[in-house]
Amino acid sequence: MSHETTAHNNDSHDDHHAHHPTGLARWVFSTNHKEIGTMYLVFSLIMFLVGGAMALVIRAELFAPGLQLVNPEFFNQMTTMHALVMIFGAVMPAFVGLANWMVPLMIGAPDMALPRMNNWSFWILPFAFTLLLMTLFMPSGGPASGWTLYPPLSLQGGNSLAFVILAIHLMGISSIMGAINIIATILNMRAPGMTLLRMPLFVWTWLITAFLLIAVMPVLAGAVTMLLTDRFFGTSFFNAAGGGDPVLYQHIFWFFGHPEVYILILPAFGIVSEIIPTFSRKRLFGYTSMVYATASIAFLSFIVWAHHMFTVGMPLGAMLFFMYATMVIAVPTGVKIFNWIATMWRGSMTFETPMLFALGFVVLFTIGGLSGLMLAIVPANFQYHDTYFVVAHFHYVLVTGAVFAIMAAVYYWLPKWTGHMYNEKLGKIHFWWSTIWVNVLFFPQHYLGLAGMPRRIPDYAVQFTEFNMISSIGGFMYGFGQLLFVYIIWQCVRGGEKATAQVWEGARGLEWTVPSPAPLHTFDTPPVVDDSVAVHKDELT
Amino acid sequence: MKRTNELIVGLAVLAVIAVITWGIFAVGDNMPRGVTPYSQDVYQLHNTILAIVTVIGVLVFTAMFTSIVVHRKSKGYQAARFSHSTKAEIIWTAIPVLILVVMAVPATRVLIDMEDTGGAELNIKITGYQWLWKYDYLEDEISFFSAMDRASNQARQIGSGINPRDVDNYLLEVDNRLVVPVNTRIRFLLTADDVIHSWWVPDLGWKRDAIPGMVNEAWTYILEEGVYRGQCAELCGKDHGFMPIVVEAVSREEYDAWVANQRQDMADVAHDAARLWTRDELMDRGANVYQAQCAACHQSDGSGLEPAFPALARNGIPTGDLNSHLDVVMHGREGTAMTGFGSRLEPQDIAAALTYTRNAWSEDEGEVVQPATIAELNQG
Repeated sequence: MSHETTAHNNDSHDDHHAHHPTGLARWVFSTNHKEIGTMYLVFSLIMFLVGGAMALVIRAELFAPGLQLVNPEFFNQMTTMHALVMIFGAVMPAFVGLANWMVPLMIGAPDMALPRMNNWSFWILPFAFTLLLMTLFMPSGGPASGWTLYPPLSLQGGNSLAFVILAIHLMGISSIMGAINIIATILNMRAPGMTLLRMPLFVWTWLITAFLLIAVMPVLAGAVTMLLTDRFFGTSFFNAAGGGDPVLYQHIFWFFGHPEVYILILPAFGIVSEIIPTFSRKRLFGYTSMVYATASIAFLSFIVWAHHMFTVGMPLGAMLFFMYATMVIAVPTGVKIFNWIATMWRGSMTFETPMLFALGFVVLFTIGGLSGLMLAIVPANFQYHDTYFVVAHFHYVLVTGAVFAIMAAVYYWLPKWTGHMYNEKLGKIHFWWSTIWVNVLFFPQHYLGLAGMPRRIPDYAVQFTEFNMISSIGGFMYGFGQLLFVYIIWQCVRGGEKATAQVWEGARGLEWTVPSPAPLHTFDTPPVVDDSVAVHKDELT
Repeated sequence: MKRTNELIVGLAVLAVIAVITWGIFAVGDNMPRGVTPYSQDVYQLHNTILAIVTVIGVLVFTAMFTSIVVHRKSKGYQAARFSHSTKAEIIWTAIPVLILVVMAVPATRVLIDMEDTGGAELNIKITGYQWLWKYDYLEDEISFFSAMDRASNQARQIGSGINPRDVDNYLLEVDNRLVVPVNTRIRFLLTADDVIHSWWVPDLGWKRDAIPGMVNEAWTYILEEGVYRGQCAELCGKDHGFMPIVVEAVSREEYDAWVANQRQDMADVAHDAARLWTRDELMDRGANVYQAQCAACHQSDGSGLEPAFPALARNGIPTGDLNSHLDVVMHGREGTAMTGFGSRLEPQDIAAALTYTRNAWSEDEGEVVQPATIAELNQG
């Protein structure tokens, strides 16, 4: 099937479905995967800016020693809310939005398998975050015990804890429904010939991520519900004085928390695995091993949770087990990085903005991965733990990892969504600006941690001043630079050079066979997929 | 355009190399070597692993940037078609496994050593409180609290007008230091009274959580006399950033003299608690205790920070009846940051603080509480 005929088919089908509501009702009642995908992405962008503003409050206070701007209670609320908003509000909805838009297009399905549930899983989110953010305006203030909500500290807060827990429950319900929908879509709605091992890697990583979500979100729900009853209904799950155990919470939380970390990065691996082949004009190297590596990482994520809590005091055997299991993750992760480089190797590369962000991802995520390997070494972890070294590590994997991949994805698929090319020159400026300042922001934090600065403190000893100042300057430059990203998207939505269906010269896959912008309804007649259209086909050296 | 691209790539390569070089050679702020055999092992381990991951990083990035420079369309490079190589994939799975084994062996050795807490000559119990530490020397029967010193505490208030650089050891000085002898195997037993804290002195090479209802163990053997500073490392509420730790390692002789001195002081304090105090004495002492223990939350003038930290005085008049006031100060208030001071302060301190809060902001004379009353309550 050629590109032209597919495009034609879709155009003609467009007419049958043109009767949909307009204005606000169009968005509130939408069951269309593309509209819901757009809403997820817009929501995520707003949350990214809200969470970023909180980060700037933190960095402004830490610019110099001494307390200048905020009191310690509010500082703790900022660190807690920044994390909750960025993880559950910015990064996760961005990936779900990308999945909504792209998974049906990539597997040749007309829509998600469960469109009404899709609508509901999005519309829960604005309510969840209203509940969460309104706690900042309550008399007792927002949650201030860190996003991990460790008891007994989290139980000391005011009644706002109940709102936070309800918000987390809502986010969990939304994520689980989104995950069910993605699994149902991928397993049931693939076009004829789209076998599992012909699926694009973004689809594969999301399939695995969706299973992780279903497995661990209920664990988080259980943990926070026990917090709720401890705080308001007199139970003692985590209260030592009542026979409970504060460390039990940490075990349950991180049994959720570590797979959660991979929920935040596996779809990013998928995105990068789409972009690098396109701009290298060469198929992805080691497709099958990429799939197996993703699955291994997902499996390992369930048996390494206690590496977040080596200092709580565990038996020697447990520490050795969690150290070795954690180190093993380096192997499949390494395979992925080597495969990306092998994909680039002897390709014919060009460096449009999506490729730049993908390459930035590979380099900076690797730095974050290597510091992660250092953190796995238990004796050294006794020094690194709960310091700025950890803060630097997880921001390398989350900001220059997950967020860079999301930005790469937005630039990569924006022409498909809007029908216009974005401004390439501004895109490149955005990449270089972000890459330079994000390193100024986070790299010095490694040194702060090694030199002995604990995390989550509103004020510090004077020997930490210089690196904190550098980091804060980087933070403000990086943060305000993201307004350029908003402008570029706005400009591209409004108009610009018309995009072709193919958009990128080297792009392969079903999403590039539909016109740009992708019409509201695509693949009403399923395309037939064979080796000539499949994204992946092994060719030996 | 081609030239600009190359310039950009060149700059990126330079930037990466510069950052890595900076990391290895130019940074004085690397992890401290420390003053115990364990901390020095950890330091070695850290350096070894840092070197290994740096080499890995340099190799990976070199391959990547070589490809970026050479295999580009703008140079007319034609894309190859290969997408698979079993040999390469086996190699880059096997080699990382070997590297991991090389890292795991020394890590395991050092960890086993750290976890063996036997053979202690001196046992010290560390208890974390919001936001200070208590040290109990189990053999020498000495016990005291250790909180941030007043100079730091004044300077760190918003709008204090004091430049932190003018304060010696800003945020890293305490009123009572943990004095320990050098060349002695010391075991620490760590627990907490309210929330989870974490006791960390980088020069000793480890941190360990202090958890309410649990007792953790750790040990040290300090080789050099000196003063070593650290901080609480686990978020423990509002003043998490303000509970420093100062360890003073001294010779055995100095340590013995210090112990004798401490014991004398403790005997004096016990004697003091039994006598009758005057209102002025209590007010003087109370002002100090209030500033050190209460003012951070309830503010210097008793106005509080509503709603989390209630006002003790409204319009200058202390509120509430004396017995419930006493009860809250002694036992704390469940579900709030107000912890009980009954076990953490001397009877005369509690009596003085109560007397102070009931008299300081009011024209009328309020109640006077005697240390002996508190001491009795403590026993009953």
